[in-house]
Amino acid sequence: MSARNRELLALIPASLLVSFGFAAIFIERAAELSNVSLSYGAMFLALCLTGHVVLRFLLPHADPYLFPLAAVLVCFGLVVIYRLNPDKALIQARWFVIALALFTATIFFLRQDFRVLERYRYTIAVAGLLLLAAPRLPFIGQQVNGAYLGVKVGPISFQPAEFSKIAIVIFLAAYLRDNRQVLVQGAKRFLGLTIPPLKQFGPLLVIWGLAMLMLIFIRDLGSSLMFFGGFLALLYVATNRFSFVVAGMTAFFAGSWLIATNVSHVRERLTIWRDPFAPDVVQGAGYQLAQSLFAQADGGLFGKGFAQALLGTPKQSILPTPDTDFIYAVIVNELGLVGACALLLVYLLFVERGLRIAMLGQDSFSKLLATGLTAVFALQVFVIVGGVIKLIPLTGVTLPFVSYGGSSIVANFVLLALLLLVSDRARRTAVGMTP
Amino acid sequence: MNPPIVRLFALVIVLFALLVAYTSRWTVFEAQALRNHTANSRTLLEEERVRRGRITTSDGQVLAGSKKLDRKRFKRRYPTGALFAHPIGYSFLVRGRSGLERYYNEPLSGQRTELVSAVDSILGERRVGNDMQTTLSTAAQQAAVQGLGGRRGAVVAMDVSTGAIRAMVSAPSYDPNAVDDPAGANLDQAPGSPQINRATQGRYPPGSTFKVVTAAAALDSGRYTPTSMVDGENGKRISGVPLQNFGGKDWGRIDLTTALTYSVNTAWASVGEELGGETMNDYMERFGFYADPPLDYPDDQMLPSGVRPGGGGGRLLHPDNEEVDVGRMSIGQGRLEASALQLATVAQTVANGGVRMKPYLRERVIDSDGRTVEKAEPEEVERVMSEESAGQLTQMMRNVVREGTGTAAAMQGVQVAGKTGTAELNQSDLNQPWFIGFTPKHAVAVTIEAVQGGTGGEMAAPIAKSVFEALGE
Repeated sequence: MSARNRELLALIPASLLVSFGFAAIFIERAAELSNVSLSYGAMFLALCLTGHVVLRFLLPHADPYLFPLAAVLVCFGLVVIYRLNPDKALIQARWFVIALALFTATIFFLRQDFRVLERYRYTIAVAGLLLLAAPRLPFIGQQVNGAYLGVKVGPISFQPAEFSKIAIVIFLAAYLRDNRQVLVQGAKRFLGLTIPPLKQFGPLLVIWGLAMLMLIFIRDLGSSLMFFGGFLALLYVATNRFSFVVAGMTAFFAGSWLIATNVSHVRERLTIWRDPFAPDVVQGAGYQLAQSLFAQADGGLFGKGFAQALLGTPKQSILPTPDTDFIYAVIVNELGLVGACALLLVYLLFVERGLRIAMLGQDSFSKLLATGLTAVFALQVFVIVGGVIKLIPLTGVTLPFVSYGGSSIVANFVLLALLLLVSDRARRTAVGMTP
Repeated sequence: MNPPIVRLFALVIVLFALLVAYTSRWTVFEAQALRNHTANSRTLLEEERVRRGRITTSDGQVLAGSKKLDRKRFKRRYPTGALFAHPIGYSFLVRGRSGLERYYNEPLSGQRTELVSAVDSILGERRVGNDMQTTLSTAAQQAAVQGLGGRRGAVVAMDVSTGAIRAMVSAPSYDPNAVDDPAGANLDQAPGSPQINRATQGRYPPGSTFKVVTAAAALDSGRYTPTSMVDGENGKRISGVPLQNFGGKDWGRIDLTTALTYSVNTAWASVGEELGGETMNDYMERFGFYADPPLDYPDDQMLPSGVRPGGGGGRLLHPDNEEVDVGRMSIGQGRLEASALQLATVAQTVANGGVRMKPYLRERVIDSDGRTVEKAEPEEVERVMSEESAGQLTQMMRNVVREGTGTAAAMQGVQVAGKTGTAELNQSDLNQPWFIGFTPKHAVAVTIEAVQGGTGGEMAAPIAKSVFEALGE
């Protein structure tokens, strides 16, 4: 069976999920919702098929499972958001359309050879840094909960960090492709430590350091964790030197400790993480996290059942931001540990496909780009889920493809497009069908 | 570059495994602790979404129902208001629960195991509470309330052969519907402390009704028979202090039956002293004194009966302790305190041939499909005395109603046995009238709080009679 037919078959789970999900919510809340809500399901299916047709024509050899996996996640997210707030689901559906448009555009413009991106690496890096700084700019910047995450231009607001993560990964992949040999061979051993040559390592540190500064500047801790992790993953894959990773981790924890002791905003996060149930914390700063854990305990092994969890009134939700940061807690509440494991398994499969593309890649840039994008994606899942379950301090990033939020879904579809581009090229060369 | 990519994937698997492990920590391993956490308001809000089961009397009168507040929330309502407030109690989100509402919260709110509720949620079934039928009788309850006629006191009626509680009245009562009313009066500060269940928590001197316990000990220990002669002289020294008979009457030497019929204090105090603290302790414990009543009712809404030397303090002293004046205790004085439930149990035991039954309020639990899922099984607690002793005591108590102090309880065509009591309270002139008695089917204890003048025979016995009548005797 051809790759594209396999992809079409793999879309069946997504279509079943969306049909059953919407039907379940419709039955549960028949009194409040009109029949129109059922047509949403059909609409999303049509959109998924559109994506499939785009791939069939533009990237016939691309990995057949990535797009269906993303579709399952998006459909699942839409159903959960619909269950939380039907109005928001409609807005999210519009963003889904925009995301597919950008997905198609990315594939269309880069279908010949995505490696043109290499040529523009510095432009892309600067654009990424500017995007990060944008929320701090006057007039268009927005502050939410003490962090500068959003940009508002006219009626559209978006979170630029979601896009700059892709830009920085492209830059790092391009730069490391050029310099990885030098980084390894030129390295000197000094006091038992491997020191990479400063000349090649310098620009890398500058761009990366600027990104880190920006993140502290806009106070987006979750993204900084993601960026740093992605950077280390790329460095490791490019050089195969574990000592670099150790050095990086040491630097990271030292830096974190410095920031944690000096920035009150960060210190508070750590206090909450240590004990969200402390008497003066649980009703104040720790309320969110405590409620998140209560919601999960309420779900138990099998969950409350779809659309059965206790949310509070529409005006006063028990669990704050149930559709963005804490959507994982809502999923655990309704579908239990079993449902959460299923969701994490889908993410793991996505990561597996992403890294498989990296391994199939014929050149260093392809390999590094696919690795970087996948690593950042996996880390994003880890950072937000880990935060919601109190494994690590909570930092607000979105759950890719599932959370409510336009920038998140659009950026992740661009990420998906890049992965598919890499994949198409790798598999085309692999089967000996050079264009 | 591929080996490091494989290792990177291994790292991702480890990280995801950590996510699964931590999610299981909250959803499974520490879930119970989190659900019970004080800062967790979910359990309360969840309960509001459950339609609690109805509570009914044995004759089908609804005592507690659920009212729909909006699409998802319910609130308790009590159609009979103050009439059944004490046995049923209340259940409200903010005020909590009491009475049967508390004791049987699990079946009433339909709590089930995780697996069953998971199956239910797959089948789309909502959690529904089970209905509960009590043993209470509307007519008996009404008769008791009317009999008390606004005076403070308590009435308990039981089935002799099963121990089923047919009436449980404590006055003053309160309207459970008003408990949740923010504008309503605070129960804890209301005059007469209506939140106290005087039937199970009342600490009243039992007076002469306790002579039934002394008589049971006397007959069953084999040291007395109904015709044994005892000394009923007035002013006899008991524990070194002269004791007066009612009205100062000097009875001289009389038999035990006469001593009970006319409630001769000095005769029974001597019997008690003769039997001694250990024997009295033995029989009191067999009747259920010195222990929480084994009723299906919250523990902290019941009190054990016994001698409380401190008065206000809760410490109980057994009669084999030398601080206890066994003679005065044997006639229901000497700081002896008992609840109406305890004395109803005494009457039930004698009536049942000496076997004490476990009292109970819940007849059965019915699930939402109408199936009976639990049914009361009458349970013997213990044999207190031989059938022969119980028979002799029954005859003596029938004499009390036929010709003695309890004639006001006599009924046409039914043999009523009983014993009156008129305990003198420390305050001048105030009495605590009592009547305990039984027919072959039902046993009753009635007491009225702090009455000026008036004896148990005059005031409490007629209430017992109307309760018997309401129960169809």
